[in-house]
Amino acid sequence: MSTSTIDRLEGSRRAARAAASERAVSRAEGWRRRGPLLPALIFTIIVTQLPFLVTIWYSLRSQNLLRPGEDIFVGLSNYLDIAADSTFRQTALNSVVITLGCVLVAMVLGIVLALLLDRPFAGRSVARTMLITPFLVMPVASSVLWSVALLNPTYGLLNWTLGLVGIEAVDWTSTYPIVAILMALVWQWTPFMMLLVLAGLQAQPKDVLEAASVDGAGPWRTFTSITLPHLRRYIELGVLLGVIYVVNTFDQIYLMTAGGPGTASANLPFYIYQRAFLGFDIGQAAAMGVVVVIATIIVASAALRLIFRSFEVKE
Amino acid sequence: MSDVTRTSRGRATGGVLTTLTWLLALAFFFPVAWMAATAFKQENQAASDPPTWFFAPTLDQFRAVIEGGSGTYVANSAIATGVSTVLVLLLGIPAAYALSIRPVEKVSDVLFFFISTKMLPVVAVIVPIYVVAGQLKVLDNIWTLVVLYTAMNLPIAVWMMRSFFLEVPGEVLEAASVDGAGLMRTLRSVLMPMVAPGIAATALICVIFAWNEFFFALNLTASRAATVPVLIVSTMTSEGLFLARLCAAALLASLPVIIAGWVAQKQLVRGLSMGAIK
Repeated sequence: MSTSTIDRLEGSRRAARAAASERAVSRAEGWRRRGPLLPALIFTIIVTQLPFLVTIWYSLRSQNLLRPGEDIFVGLSNYLDIAADSTFRQTALNSVVITLGCVLVAMVLGIVLALLLDRPFAGRSVARTMLITPFLVMPVASSVLWSVALLNPTYGLLNWTLGLVGIEAVDWTSTYPIVAILMALVWQWTPFMMLLVLAGLQAQPKDVLEAASVDGAGPWRTFTSITLPHLRRYIELGVLLGVIYVVNTFDQIYLMTAGGPGTASANLPFYIYQRAFLGFDIGQAAAMGVVVVIATIIVASAALRLIFRSFEVKE
Repeated sequence: MSDVTRTSRGRATGGVLTTLTWLLALAFFFPVAWMAATAFKQENQAASDPPTWFFAPTLDQFRAVIEGGSGTYVANSAIATGVSTVLVLLLGIPAAYALSIRPVEKVSDVLFFFISTKMLPVVAVIVPIYVVAGQLKVLDNIWTLVVLYTAMNLPIAVWMMRSFFLEVPGEVLEAASVDGAGLMRTLRSVLMPMVAPGIAATALICVIFAWNEFFFALNLTASRAATVPVLIVSTMTSEGLFLARLCAAALLASLPVIIAGWVAQKQLVRGLSMGAIK
């Protein structure tokens, strides 16, 4: 064996040893880095993921809290019941109508208000403060306010105002329950959209706007070809976050219409709540929960891609 | 068209837009003002047709709310909100650090996981939480709400604080470690002061969501652990229509968040967008 071979062997052995110790170091370093993350991660997994696994388990059983003896495995029959349940379909549709209606109307109003607030005028910060207040009112309080003080058929303020122009009193929460809920929701969520869009407007590069006006572009032209494309990211983010929150709406429905009349204004969260806590039908309610989650995953996986673009998350 | 007419027309348009802005601001604010006004009325003035616009303000309703045993509810809300917010920060600050300054591998997968838990509808997990809490004998227990509110706010807080941590220039931390400051000291005396405003903004958002939370409180509490939103609902259902008192309770319940939001408007935008909008 020549010396050079020995050297080579020696060298590769040394390199291997170095690589091994490097791996050990980087593994230790990896755990040092992961350490601070783990408590939050483990806590979140336990509190949010385990209950969902239990939900799947319950959804395969027939269990009613009023009849404790009857807890049997029923396979997919809860899911078959859902497929045949016309109320489930109706409340799913209501969920879509309420969520999209609220988010779209609030976004349009939010854009208008943000544009109005983006101009300098005396007392602007006071106007801005007044406009964000609806979002800060406790949702339970605002539901009570709308259903009792504003929309009450006999002494509600809205009917009184309509009466001034000769329109007959309307029993809003029983005749147009979804419209009534949408009024309260749009009132609450418009400030949210306004704040996001306003932040977008204020982040607009001023020199581009000046250049446009020097080039003779009118306000409408400037708005459609410069401002709107710039706002796109902010609008997407507002719609996305709005949908995440509004789809779970419960307070307004519980307090303003109780899902009624009948189930005319119930959304999925409210219907599942009714089945679980008023009907004590655990299996059915759990199966509905699973269906809702599957639907959410389908919608969300598209939405999450958008979020990541908005946040510019990079590896 | 001469410059003079163009400016005067511009000024007229400006006046119209300003007036419109104020009208809309008043319209949006009006329900809150009406709630506040009603809280200072007597019951017969509160539910009158036509509405009572002028009246001698009274504090009777506030007195009735405060003396009517609201103390337990306020204390429960304060514990659920305060403790959960502290827990969120204790768990969230290290996590945000591990996702920004000294990142673990697969940062975006971890972020994806956290945000996906916010998309999980609450109704999908309420059934097992209720049943398991019943078996563990922690129904109507304020600490159950503390744990759930912590889980509810943690993902938002991690996202938010990560965005604040990313803004800390790397050179500052390097300079500190070159100067021989230990890791803990670097964190405490260099990093924390720089991200403190961000942490305050995060805490504000957590406080708002926890204070206003109703669904878990309604389903998991009864008499002992009920929070302020539950109090408002029980005022409404158990006592028939005492509109003025209801408005007084609603106003008092909303006031902490309204004032916090007014004071911290800038942080609010950043918080509501989970840190995406500066």
